[in-house]
Amino acid sequence: MKTIISVVLGGLMAGCVVAGAQAQELAPDVLVKNVTTEVVELIAKDKEIRSGSRSKLIQVVEGKVLPHFNFSSMTALAMGQNWSKATPEQKKRLVEEFKTLLVRTYASALAAYSEQRFDFRPLRARPTDTDVTVNVRVIQPGAQPVPIDYSMEKTAAGWKVYDVMVGGVSLVANYRTEFNATVREVGIEGLIRNLQAKNRSLEAAPSAEKK
Amino acid sequence: MKLPRAPWTLLRVLSLLLALAGGCATTEDRDPRDPLEPLNRAVFRFNEVLDDAVTKPVATAYRDLLHEQIRGRIRNFFANLGDLWIGVNDVLQGKFFDGFEDGMRFVFNSTFGIFGLHDVASDMGIEKRDEDFGQTLGRWGVGDGPYIVLPILSSSTLRDTAGWGVDIFVGDPVNAFRPIELRNSAYAVRLVNRRADLLDASRILDQAALDKYVFQRDAYLQRRRSQIYDGNAPREPRQRDEEDAPAKEPAKEPAKEPARPPAEEAPAKPR
Repeated sequence: MKTIISVVLGGLMAGCVVAGAQAQELAPDVLVKNVTTEVVELIAKDKEIRSGSRSKLIQVVEGKVLPHFNFSSMTALAMGQNWSKATPEQKKRLVEEFKTLLVRTYASALAAYSEQRFDFRPLRARPTDTDVTVNVRVIQPGAQPVPIDYSMEKTAAGWKVYDVMVGGVSLVANYRTEFNATVREVGIEGLIRNLQAKNRSLEAAPSAEKK
Repeated sequence: MKLPRAPWTLLRVLSLLLALAGGCATTEDRDPRDPLEPLNRAVFRFNEVLDDAVTKPVATAYRDLLHEQIRGRIRNFFANLGDLWIGVNDVLQGKFFDGFEDGMRFVFNSTFGIFGLHDVASDMGIEKRDEDFGQTLGRWGVGDGPYIVLPILSSSTLRDTAGWGVDIFVGDPVNAFRPIELRNSAYAVRLVNRRADLLDASRILDQAALDKYVFQRDAYLQRRRSQIYDGNAPREPRQRDEEDAPAKEPAKEPAKEPARPPAEEAPAKPR
């Protein structure tokens, strides 16, 4: 009996490992394309999201998008020189709060999505590259296409996004000035408090969401 | 390429005024790109109040009352009028083929697209571009100058304010609309249509920013830099560009380069 169980378990585990390995091997541009397509299809089909359910949308972002982001890298980059001054405990809280804020912002951006088309640009990188930019363009009638560039790094757990540039505006660079200014004024603890307050205020007013 | 004399004089006068205004303020820990921050913040607050009280409600009503189809036609109409000046700016920046395409867009959309109501050129694969005289000045090597928040128009820089003046008085066909009432109505509709298109974006900005003034300023400056380079701005140096820097090492503050035009011809466009 024991052997059967161990064989079954072993088989399952092997299966997981293989699946995991495959996920890691996905090229960054393929990964971006797959995730984008999947999420857009999901929100187009989901009745709750289409009727404006914010919690469901956040759930989708957390489940499908979040695993492909490296939030500690993003936070470190956004903190700039102040990152080294934070204690490990502060770092942990910073990453957590920044992640929450980004997930909410991302969900809002998705809520505004209305049938724009995506143009996935071919990746221009060498196979040995460990830091690439994946270019996607959002096509909308009567306007210049909006480029979205994902900066991605290769990690042990597959390709992870560490910055997003929308129309040439880097999210991380934009937060860096804000974080720097806040730390200068009220210190790292103050920044964490500000982030917490911001997240709480967003949580309190989800009904402002309009499809 | 050399600028005609008049804009330079205008720039000098403006920069002198701004220098005077900046001199009155204290300068502790201020962002070097934004020496006028106290003044700018005051104008920013004024704009916010005005937007909340008038522009945003009007734009929201406009969006809710008019079907997207109709709003799209209005957007296309003004976008088509804009393509001529966009073409001129492409030519001024030495991008002759782009300028030619912008001109073709205008011809196709004005005829087959019925006065620009339909963007047939995009369907034909001639993409819309976005150029203005501020970008042309940037391409010619004029730096941003101090960041300026203009009343109603919001984010700008010294260079872009000068560029905007040229856009409005030289490059805007709506300016030639007569009678004056028609011109003013066209201005109003264009403004409201534009604000309506930005409703989602401004809501996201409200959510994302800890300090909306700083967030909007940085986004504007980054965006303009990207536009001047047509989306191919050289990557600012960052931690990851250094050889094999471990991921957890403190990130370095990137050197803030002023937007400079590319040394030679612009790199190939990603399309």
